[in-house]
Amino acid sequence: MTAAEVIDRYFLEHRAKVLDVAAFLDRVDRAAGDGSDYRMDALRRCVAVLAETEPGRAERVLSILSDQSSEPVDAAGEKGASGASREGNGD
Amino acid sequence: MAYIDPHIHMVSRTTDDYQRMAAAGCVAITEPAFWAGFDRSSPQGFFDYFRQLTEFEPKRAAQYGIRHHCWLCINPKEAEDPGFAREVMSLIPEFLECPTVLGIGEIGLNKNSRNELIILEEQLALAETHDQLVLVHTPHLEDKLKGTLLIMDAIANTKLDPGRVLIDHVEEHTVRPVLDRGFWAGMTLYPETKCTPQRAADIIELHGTERVWINSAGDWGPSDPLAVPKCRAELAARGHGSDLVDRISFDNPVIFLSQSGRFQVADAP
Repeated sequence: MTAAEVIDRYFLEHRAKVLDVAAFLDRVDRAAGDGSDYRMDALRRCVAVLAETEPGRAERVLSILSDQSSEPVDAAGEKGASGASREGNGD
Repeated sequence: MAYIDPHIHMVSRTTDDYQRMAAAGCVAITEPAFWAGFDRSSPQGFFDYFRQLTEFEPKRAAQYGIRHHCWLCINPKEAEDPGFAREVMSLIPEFLECPTVLGIGEIGLNKNSRNELIILEEQLALAETHDQLVLVHTPHLEDKLKGTLLIMDAIANTKLDPGRVLIDHVEEHTVRPVLDRGFWAGMTLYPETKCTPQRAADIIELHGTERVWINSAGDWGPSDPLAVPKCRAELAARGHGSDLVDRISFDNPVIFLSQSGRFQVADAP
């Protein structure tokens, strides 16, 4: 596919996704409390990656959201994942 | 038109899903043992689950012309108690004799804990002892990168051939290390928490089709049992020919799974 074909096929879908992110950030701002949260810190760093011009943005976003430590943890604790790392998140 | 979904949890799906998958061209599936959404209270619960996977589901699938195979293990979400996990593991060898069991899976890590890693190592040893294929679950979201690296290091400490191990749920940040170390890589097509069909197509375009497959991992959570044909449609819409589309969703699963000596594909509908 040419770049123009890619844009034609996917632009509206991703326009909607960017709007979802913008509306989500507004929603957090409107809500009670200061919105301080390690997940929001990570998300804002991810949003900055979208403005970069080098390819590999998806991998860099995943890296920001990943635990970058290398040693096993002592106990599993909860079973679920939150989507961003509290500690040791990547650049 | 024929495709294989090499990772789907049909115990959590309805018979209507079998019907729709068959209509979409599904001719064979493989079902790894996994977490039911709650912890089982006894090893006997796993015994019953293994019977469901080896006796009941193949019959249910056959009604729609789909060949059903499975993988057995204790999943990493229930592996934090090593004593309990070992009791479950002791049940596995007798089931390995069943004709539709392809290997050990989906083993791996969930929260990357020391106990999960110990049980992973013991299940890798079980696969080694019984000369079984291995299907690996990699952790979710923020835990995936670290867990994938820990898992590959654990496998490197065994004599298992990486060509007989598939590491599943790869994404953009893990696919290259997995392929570079000689493993097979699975991409799971989930609406939110893994790869979308579009991102999976991107990864195929960037990294090629060698030792790669796609699967739905359809289960009791947000997932789509028709994700594989949707990804096939995405690839076709981008102009990829049937050679590539079939390689990723039929030929590659056949190559990997046939190493078990037990994998069979039904006649194409």
